[in-house]
Amino acid sequence: MLYALVLLPLLGALCAWIVPDNRLRPLVLPLIATIHICLAAFLVGNAPPPSPGGWIWLDPLGKVVLLCISLLFAVCAFYAVGYLSYRQERSNRVLCMGLLVCLSAMGMVTMTQHLGLLWVALETTTVSMAPLIYFNHNARSIEATWKYLLLCSVGIGLALLGLLFLAYSTYVAHHDATLLLGPLMSIARELNPAWLHAAAIFLLVGYGTKMGLAPLHAWKPDAYGEAPGLVGALLAGGLVNCAFLAILRVYQICLASGTEIRFFQQALLGMGLVSMAFAAVFMARQADFKRMLAYSSVEHVGILAIGLGLGKGALYGALFHLLNNGLTKGVLFLSSGNIHRSYSNKTTVVVKGALTRLPWSGGLFLAGFIAITGSPPFSPFISEYTIVSSAFIDGRFLVGSLFLLFLVVVFIGMALTVLPMVMGAPPAEVEASDYEDRLLTVGPPLFMMMVILVLGVWPPEFLVALLKDGAAMLGVQP
Amino acid sequence: MSLLADQLLVLVMLINLVMLGTSRLIFSIRAVAVQGVILGILPGLIHPFSFHLAGITAGIILAKGIVIPYFISNAVRKAQIRREVEPFIGYVPTLLLGAVFTALSFAFAEKLPLAPEHKDLLFVPASIATLLTGFLLLTTRRKAISQVIGYLVMENGIFVFGLLLTEAMPVMVEAGALLDLLVGIFVMGIVINHISREFSSIDTSRLQTLKEE
Repeated sequence: MLYALVLLPLLGALCAWIVPDNRLRPLVLPLIATIHICLAAFLVGNAPPPSPGGWIWLDPLGKVVLLCISLLFAVCAFYAVGYLSYRQERSNRVLCMGLLVCLSAMGMVTMTQHLGLLWVALETTTVSMAPLIYFNHNARSIEATWKYLLLCSVGIGLALLGLLFLAYSTYVAHHDATLLLGPLMSIARELNPAWLHAAAIFLLVGYGTKMGLAPLHAWKPDAYGEAPGLVGALLAGGLVNCAFLAILRVYQICLASGTEIRFFQQALLGMGLVSMAFAAVFMARQADFKRMLAYSSVEHVGILAIGLGLGKGALYGALFHLLNNGLTKGVLFLSSGNIHRSYSNKTTVVVKGALTRLPWSGGLFLAGFIAITGSPPFSPFISEYTIVSSAFIDGRFLVGSLFLLFLVVVFIGMALTVLPMVMGAPPAEVEASDYEDRLLTVGPPLFMMMVILVLGVWPPEFLVALLKDGAAMLGVQP
Repeated sequence: MSLLADQLLVLVMLINLVMLGTSRLIFSIRAVAVQGVILGILPGLIHPFSFHLAGITAGIILAKGIVIPYFISNAVRKAQIRREVEPFIGYVPTLLLGAVFTALSFAFAEKLPLAPEHKDLLFVPASIATLLTGFLLLTTRRKAISQVIGYLVMENGIFVFGLLLTEAMPVMVEAGALLDLLVGIFVMGIVINHISREFSSIDTSRLQTLKEE
């Protein structure tokens, strides 16, 4: 059953390759995505036991990420049908195939317990996303693709070196060299500390680059800014969470070693705070609203890292925030894609009064902004509140206050861009475009916004239990 | 056998220096191919024979020695360039830096807590030296193709370290890693093509439209 999550999208990619018609081809996406989300929901409820070799096991942490990815992909898949009907001038074969291959690799990331296989799957997501960033085929998008491809490849290469160090630390400790999570955790206390330390640093830098933690985020604004909205949504909500899962695995090993975890948490806290600070600085007066969303993503991976670095109660918040951030970024990127399409421009110089011109997309963008900056009643408020309150409960006043300060600065910076965009009257000289809000381009993000609202007001019990199980795996006493 | 392995590793480090000193792209590509073939031969010299090992050897030689160099030289042909011109730092300074890095990597490897049976081998210093050479190429060269070659050299450095652990890495993971590298380089080749068409040059220092005002 689990293997279906990997094979099904590959089969879909094959279909997308065969279908000759540019109009019919995108229909493969929602078809596969619907089966995928049904399967994922079933498997999260009844997870099969670990595979005999211990390589494949959908544990609670994997389940949280799988749920987020599958839901986000389904929403993006339906949106893609509406979006691509406006882009008939361009073949969407590569786009459809890339999305499905990426979904397959992301599924593999969530279910594998072998760190080597996890690395292979993550690298596959990197490579399969590269042609999608280049969908618009212009000078700006090629530049973004090149930066993304080179920086992420080098980063993930460093993570491979970290994995080799980790395997070597078992070898030096006279165990059979292994990269399986279970055995690694059971012998973590005996691992050679020097090599483990080096491994933790390289893995954090490598996967941190992929996740976009400052100061390793240089590729992020360009890639998010130039990619089509739906690719941006999957980058910010899918790939980021996969990379975060990889960091969670490293965290598990550091935790089991007992000594390394202190350093790892400090490093995460440091990088998290730096990310939030970077985002706060660059968000202000950002004229390009897609780049602004990229900095918002840098901010939120910072929040995830801080949640992990604080440990204890904040872990629940971090896991919940993973889900919330992924879905809210989806709403923002999809609706910003609509606005971009309508105005044929993505700077606030031209884009004004979106709420009048595109009531639905403009409204969703505004609601997404309110949600992502952590305002009640949406769910990011709950996860951010959990993290910050746990910081104060543990007496980490400096971290807690800086966290709050950056949140406020980001809120103001983002509001200065978003509010003029959606409010006011649309400028008269903007030429009309063929884009108008339709069910397929507005319905999917609207549905996702509802999910975020429901999660904020009344989080379902099974999800709370799942998040608690996940936090328990990261060392919280249940 | 380990004597032969050490000699081959010295050759790997010499190739690093050759690549730092040359401006001819085709020459660099051939050098990196030779490096890849050596990487393929090495595991057979330090580990006892097994089918796993034979598969790895064949895979590495095929991927790093033949297919990847083919992809890159294809990109070079299509972009119609032969030389790296005006790197950010000149050839002689980078060559000297490369030599210093190689010396430092020997000094550094001395200090590492290696397993006793690996103490006398050159694997670790060669790995660090190659890794640093890759970084040097990545940061000092302007042409997109030179940067891809730098990335490959860096990957080769990581592989040299991985050779110590060949037995531990399952075939599937190694095959996956090689395949990812292959596809990655293939995609980079395509991107280079588009860069040269879009900018009529593959000078990456021209890629600077996207930045903060």
